[in-house]
Amino acid sequence: MKDHYQLVIIGAGPAGLAAATIAADHGVEVALLDEQPAPGGQIFRAIEAAPVERAEKLGPEYRRGAKLVTAFRDSSARYFPDTQVWSLSAHREIGVIHQQQARMITAEQVLIANGAFERPVPFPGWTLPGVINAGAGQILFKGSGIVPSDGVVLAGSGPLLLLLAWQYLRAGVKVKAVLDTISRVNYIKALPKLPGALLVHHHITQGLRYQQTLKLAGVELHNGIRDLQAHGKKSLESISYRHKGSKHRLKTDSLMIHFGIIPNIHLSQAAGCAHFWHKRQQCWRPELDKWGGSSIEGILIAGDGGGIGGARTAEHAGRIAAFRVLHNLEILNQQEVNHEAKQDRKWMKADLRIRPFLEKLFRIPDSMLKVPHDNAIVCRCEEVTAGEIRSAIAAGHSDSNQVKFLTRCGMGPCQGRQCSQAVAHIVADKTSIPLQQSMQFRIRPPLKPLTLGQLANLYPDETE
Amino acid sequence: MKSDVIIIGGGLMGSSTALQLAMRGIHCTILEKQSPGRHASGVNAGGLRQLNRNPPEIPLTVEAAKMWRNIESLVDSDCDARFPGQLRVAENSDDLDLLEQRAEMVRSLGYEHEEMIGREELYRLAPALAPHCVGALICREDGYARPFHALTAFRHKARSLGVEYHVNTIVDAVERERGMWRVTTRKGEFQAPLLVNCAGGWAGQIAASLGEPVPLKPGAPMLMVTERLPHFIDPVIGSASRKLSFKQMQNGTLLIGGAHMANLDFHKESSEIEWPKLAVSARSVMALFPQLKDVRIVRTWAGVEAFMPDNLPVICKSSTAEDAWHAFGFSAHGFQLSPLVGRIVAELIIDGASSFPIEPFNITRF
Repeated sequence: MKDHYQLVIIGAGPAGLAAATIAADHGVEVALLDEQPAPGGQIFRAIEAAPVERAEKLGPEYRRGAKLVTAFRDSSARYFPDTQVWSLSAHREIGVIHQQQARMITAEQVLIANGAFERPVPFPGWTLPGVINAGAGQILFKGSGIVPSDGVVLAGSGPLLLLLAWQYLRAGVKVKAVLDTISRVNYIKALPKLPGALLVHHHITQGLRYQQTLKLAGVELHNGIRDLQAHGKKSLESISYRHKGSKHRLKTDSLMIHFGIIPNIHLSQAAGCAHFWHKRQQCWRPELDKWGGSSIEGILIAGDGGGIGGARTAEHAGRIAAFRVLHNLEILNQQEVNHEAKQDRKWMKADLRIRPFLEKLFRIPDSMLKVPHDNAIVCRCEEVTAGEIRSAIAAGHSDSNQVKFLTRCGMGPCQGRQCSQAVAHIVADKTSIPLQQSMQFRIRPPLKPLTLGQLANLYPDETE
Repeated sequence: MKSDVIIIGGGLMGSSTALQLAMRGIHCTILEKQSPGRHASGVNAGGLRQLNRNPPEIPLTVEAAKMWRNIESLVDSDCDARFPGQLRVAENSDDLDLLEQRAEMVRSLGYEHEEMIGREELYRLAPALAPHCVGALICREDGYARPFHALTAFRHKARSLGVEYHVNTIVDAVERERGMWRVTTRKGEFQAPLLVNCAGGWAGQIAASLGEPVPLKPGAPMLMVTERLPHFIDPVIGSASRKLSFKQMQNGTLLIGGAHMANLDFHKESSEIEWPKLAVSARSVMALFPQLKDVRIVRTWAGVEAFMPDNLPVICKSSTAEDAWHAFGFSAHGFQLSPLVGRIVAELIIDGASSFPIEPFNITRF
């Protein structure tokens, strides 16, 4: 790895791969850094390694990724797998850990393409062993072919829930129930958005197909469930929920939860990029121009990290951002990049038509986001409950950072990734200060754990 | 809104001053530009240190130490204070000479709290230290507390005695008219006959508006904290020849500081970590505790502190304005002094003089 590149891209999902390929093909010196051992990101994880049979089970969209990876592999972009980024400054200094060594590299242009992560929604018992994110379940399946041995309950909301249930079914796993928090109201609210969505019917037909297959296989599908709780002494033994006014209990040692995905904004926050609360997607997003440029010059963001749009949109956004980089590096002029980006813009616009429908349909009930149960653990690292957070707010600690100071919520190794949203919702609820005006945890690097030894060796010549 | 005293700054110094005044029946209003403890008071290293104080501070630090021992009687909370001692390690004979001279100087002033210990005693107290150390200067009564908890305790106690806190209240102008201070803020106007400047990194602006500018320089010393480790060391470790403060907190995390400065954007109130300087801190830790090389750092940060050129605070009555007092410029070592500073300012206001020797802290020295 060199100390400086013209373009550093963080993340080897569809956005990063597409951008790296375009930039490298125009002669830019590109380094693509990624945490995974192989390209593809979360969506196309282990795509080069997955046996044909498993790839078949995962569906056709997954194979689309293979093309992206091949093009990237054929380009001149330098690829650094197993590489973590632990800091990013506004001056485009990038702290990385590569081959166990910490380094600081610089770039003329930085493209953040590190995607999204599953929205953490705390509820009682969600930290019990046996409760995992559906995305993590899918990773185990995609990466190693591991599936729950004794059946599984899937609960939450969002397209991944149905997809995973369908994938499990095809792999012979007993799906005990799919419990959806979507209520009928969401369907009604989403309907007006349908005409736009119909133009991208492949998404919808796919969703219907999953649902139909599951029903035919006799899987219990319940909508509008409330008050989800996980129970067990040392690990998960059962779950309970309310459906149509009555309480239900189900024995299971495996619960997979999913409440949609939200942009991974740790890096853009660390760099100091401006962000805003996006009401429809119920998350914070970086402020971007139509090329993916952030509020800081030379830092661009493409893919789900800039707002949830899905894999295809990410691919287009990656290319569009790469064109902007080519312009910034004075390789192409404005007219040329306008022309080059045209086709991607068109496809991206078409692909995004489904979003308003999906956002309405899969909207998480606000009542869940503010963590109504006082006994629900919000911060896994420091084991801080919703009740403790509410007491802190009641005692006058009226923003997320003050709550953090007092309760240690968000001070653990995950750097508040798991709890920052929930804390913000609780604070907004208790103080009546709208989320748009509220403050998130201030970012405290390193974003990924860096050892004392690694830091000590970072600048060997520096003295007191 | 009217009260007896307006205190600008709701950190530890302001809260401690308000508390002491309230205990003596004076009604205070605190104007805090953001939230109490946003900077130095909330995010400092929490050291309760008498060791290696600048001589003019020694009478104050010794009294403050007594107050910390008994802090619960003052603020109804122990502030999570612990007293396992603080020491400055000598790694060679030069270090040892330096520390011995220091111990001798402190003794000559008539104080007993700093003492030299030999190698054997050092490893009895801190067996985890690398084996090359040769001795240390120790203050056995020293320790640490949790700053934000301490601040919260001071604030709650002050409020229970009637102190009014106005948060997110940025002061725009301070004027004196017909024997009254009129403080204009974004949240309205406040009036009181008396004024105290406890504005920390922003105190220079207030002092200047009273006609006595000071060479205050805001700075942001960096700190880092590691993952939790099993308990392995009690005393707080410093070094004779390295900029280092190292301690294992109550919860097992290591808190590491060394007064290395972050790159501060004072106007934006944000700082960027200077990794090359923090790397020096990490190397100091590696020199004294090489076994910690694989321990993960989970957070780094820097809060805004007020530094004076001589690293001594300003604690005095204003030299230019009637009925105004200052307590600021603690230069990254004010936490331990804070309970006493409130008492001193209350004495200055109510009794007209302090029972402590505060002449070296006069604003006129610049």
